[in-house]
Amino acid sequence: MITVASVSIAVLTIALLALCAGLALSYASRRLPAGEAELADEINALLPQTQCAQCGYPGCRPYAEAIVNDGAPINLCPPGGDMTVRNLAALLGRDVVPLTAPQPDTLSVAVIDESLCIGCTHCRNACPVDAIVGAHQLMHTVIESECTGCELCLAPCPVDCISLKAVA
Amino acid sequence: MSAPTYDLGKLHGGLRLDGRKEEATANPLQRIPVPPQLILPLAQHVGEPAHPVVGIGERVLKGQLVAEQDGTLGAPVHASSSGKVVAIEPWPISRRYGDKAPCIVIETDGKDEAIQRSEPSPEIASLTQQQLADMILQGGIVGLGGAVFPTAQKLVQANTCDLDYLILNGVECEPYISCDDMLMRDRPHEVIGGAQILMQALGLNVAYVVVESDKPEALHRLEEAANEIGDTRIILKQVPTIYPSGGEDQLVQLVTNREVPSGGLPSDVGCLVQNVGTAVAIYDWIVNHEPLISRVTTVTGDGVAQPTNVVVRIGTTVADVVEFAGGYTDQARHLVIGGPMTGRSVSTDRVPVVKATNCILVLSDIPTPGPEMPCIRCGECAAVCPVQLLPQQLFWYACADDEKRLRSYGLTDCIECGCCDLVCPSHIPLTADFRIAKGRIQELADEKARAQRARRRYEERKERQQKEQQQRDRELARQKETAKTAGPAAIAEILRRKQKNKD
Amino acid sequence: MEFERREAPYLAPTASVSRVMLEVLLALIPAALAHVWYFGPGFIFNLVIAGAFCLVGEWAMLKARGRDPSLALSDYSALVTAALLAFALPSLTPWWVTASGALFGIVVAKNLYGGLGFNVFNPAMAGYVVVLVAFPMHLNLWVAPRIGDLDYQFLTFFETLRYTLTGNLPDMMTFDAVSRATPLDAMKSGLNNARTVAEIYTLPIMGDFGGRGWEWIGNFTAIGGFWLLIRKVIRWHIPAGVGAGLLIPATIMYLVEPGTNPSPGFHLFGGSAILCAFFVATDPVSAATSPKGRFIYGVGIGLLIYVIRTYGAYADGVAFAVLLMNVAVPAIDYFTQPHIVGHYEDDEP
Repeated sequence: MITVASVSIAVLTIALLALCAGLALSYASRRLPAGEAELADEINALLPQTQCAQCGYPGCRPYAEAIVNDGAPINLCPPGGDMTVRNLAALLGRDVVPLTAPQPDTLSVAVIDESLCIGCTHCRNACPVDAIVGAHQLMHTVIESECTGCELCLAPCPVDCISLKAVA
Repeated sequence: MSAPTYDLGKLHGGLRLDGRKEEATANPLQRIPVPPQLILPLAQHVGEPAHPVVGIGERVLKGQLVAEQDGTLGAPVHASSSGKVVAIEPWPISRRYGDKAPCIVIETDGKDEAIQRSEPSPEIASLTQQQLADMILQGGIVGLGGAVFPTAQKLVQANTCDLDYLILNGVECEPYISCDDMLMRDRPHEVIGGAQILMQALGLNVAYVVVESDKPEALHRLEEAANEIGDTRIILKQVPTIYPSGGEDQLVQLVTNREVPSGGLPSDVGCLVQNVGTAVAIYDWIVNHEPLISRVTTVTGDGVAQPTNVVVRIGTTVADVVEFAGGYTDQARHLVIGGPMTGRSVSTDRVPVVKATNCILVLSDIPTPGPEMPCIRCGECAAVCPVQLLPQQLFWYACADDEKRLRSYGLTDCIECGCCDLVCPSHIPLTADFRIAKGRIQELADEKARAQRARRRYEERKERQQKEQQQRDRELARQKETAKTAGPAAIAEILRRKQKNKD
Repeated sequence: MEFERREAPYLAPTASVSRVMLEVLLALIPAALAHVWYFGPGFIFNLVIAGAFCLVGEWAMLKARGRDPSLALSDYSALVTAALLAFALPSLTPWWVTASGALFGIVVAKNLYGGLGFNVFNPAMAGYVVVLVAFPMHLNLWVAPRIGDLDYQFLTFFETLRYTLTGNLPDMMTFDAVSRATPLDAMKSGLNNARTVAEIYTLPIMGDFGGRGWEWIGNFTAIGGFWLLIRKVIRWHIPAGVGAGLLIPATIMYLVEPGTNPSPGFHLFGGSAILCAFFVATDPVSAATSPKGRFIYGVGIGLLIYVIRTYGAYADGVAFAVLLMNVAVPAIDYFTQPHIVGHYEDDEP
């Protein structure tokens, strides 16, 4: 039988539960996510560090910050491949979405045709990881072990003497 | 009378395999005469290949150094008999990657003339640990159990740790192989003598000589020799015949009940393990001045007419060894260098016997395991795994290329003993798959390291650019400031100077 | 001389899936003979029908999945599913009920999950539970055990076949005349009607521990089970776990309150607990992985059997217990990863 007392007990119980849940949630939302800088660090650790700017940001770290601050999509990193998208989705609790561009099949590095190089230093300045050495008016070369294959040095070269070579 | 088996540690899993050693142990140990040709690979050990120090056409004597140690990890190579160096060229050898490796080829002259040592041999008891290690290095001594890790470097490394025990490994757990068994029967005094030298080189007071229960005669001979020598520091131990209790880490666990940490060495838990063959080689070098130029090898299998154990010069081709053992039978179809679990099959018998060659196994027909079926998760592989891995889970993660799980489930701890392969009812080549997966996670680790380096370089570059920008800004600000404070008087002064220069 | 090259190891493998499955089938023979002896030829018809539909279902699914059917059919796993299903079904079961169970088990529970090795649920139990829930009225026709001094009507070979194929009993025979409650059913309804265990034991179908006939089938099943243990086809962890999970609570409750709690012997021999312990729960594909995990898995099944029998709506809970524990397997596996040699506490993943 329904009495006023039973209804009010039910209402009170539900209200109390809602209050507890609300408090817990507000506490969690303030407490649980790491600071933005920390989260960006974690995202950055999942990115392939090619610094290729294919995502539209000037490097991996800026992209990580953009994901945190501006809600940038997580599928902008072709060199990372589907694996990176999956890892990011798991970290951020977002859906896995297909990549904007296919992942390159093999790792490539830039090679400077040293007979054509005029020593303009444009490529040296463009390299995001300082993998190109050479002084003004002198021939430049790529440190193969440090090159990430980002292709950022290709466009600035005035004599088109840089090409990409697949690494076995 | 047998040695006590008390206070043994527990080893998980393993298999009781059919030994099939009787054919070879039925015959006494024999010496193979000098072969017409000796092929000495430059890389017979872990580490850098040795560097040849003889030229083509040069005459070499038995025991003469022909290739010296190169780099920090490595061992020299000595000529096993006298003769003429005819070539230094790639030659087929048995190893996992690639089929050929550079070798020194010597045409023997049959005189077997040994090199004379000029300096008088020092009193062994007066040598320091470092001097002994140096001497062992000069003898080209490497671990003869199969891993061929240079013994001297192992001793030097171990001496940096707190050691408790020397363990001499006479546990030859793989079927067919009986070379250590025959060596212990034939030369028990040298085994004990080698142990004494090793103890001196390590500053240790306890040595366990561990023998498997299926070698009662070797144990008996060792006991007699130990009693004769009367060294109470040496303790004989008998362990049950279970494959793979002869693995280094497994033996440590079995004898001392200490687990060698993942990715670590036995010396991390105070133990140093040496094969009994290595101990004899050390004795031969330190006491008899004969470097490591011969070893005992088992030549057996149903493809060999008279299975036996032989003392063979390093560099003798497998063909010569088999010929000595009565040649091939009609059914000989497969040639395996090493045992049936961890050995490698080769396509030609021109490969030489090297320091690692403990067995030459010629088989008529290797039973085909049947088609690979899906895993039914029966768990037999986990039951026999000596490292207590879950091979069936690892197999799934290897198929899925799940690096994180492969690591957390201990793929890198797999010792590739092959037990899981044998018991798998679905005939999945687990060990081979794990070997591939190990390569793959190494690749991923390299990729990650590369990414980390790129990240650091990128950050450093940004920092540098910022600093440069700040400096430029500061310079500009300073110039502006100067212009402001100096005022019109300074400008007039400059103009005056210019005028003066013109004049 | 030139030689053929091969990958290690160079020794013959010691086991094969088809041999494992074949040994399971062989180990079921004593139980099957006992079953036919006590409950008539219905079991044979069930087995043939289940076997045929399991094989056809497996063949069709493998074809559809683009696999080679001959390879998978030669592993006998479909026949093991059929045999276990036949043991679970009553001796009088219309053919289409058997066929539905077989097809559901093979097609849905096994092949739609990826086939042998990938199925989450035990196919035989999944098939049995589906027909049990879908056609409950067709799953209680257990004929009376053929023990000489019981005066029941028995069906002949062809009468049984007729029922199996058409669902019709011979004229002048009623369901009540040919069928009897199973011991577990009798115990459950008796207890529900406020009778004591001792009173229920006076029923003619009751034997020394379980029911007449049933306890003998249990013994013969156990013979096959022990043979599998000796042959190392199965290991002791799961059977021991099921035994412990079922018998420990049963014994405690029996000692506390013997009037309303049947003896542990009744629990063991009254239904299909022994078959479950040795043949159903030990299906490696749907069981936990490590030895410790398998023991826990077995205990869970045993406990659930006891709970369902004592408090649940069904008289025997074997199938539900197995399926429920199948669901728990990933969790059990996660918490029972064995210690890897050389890994110390602080670097556990």
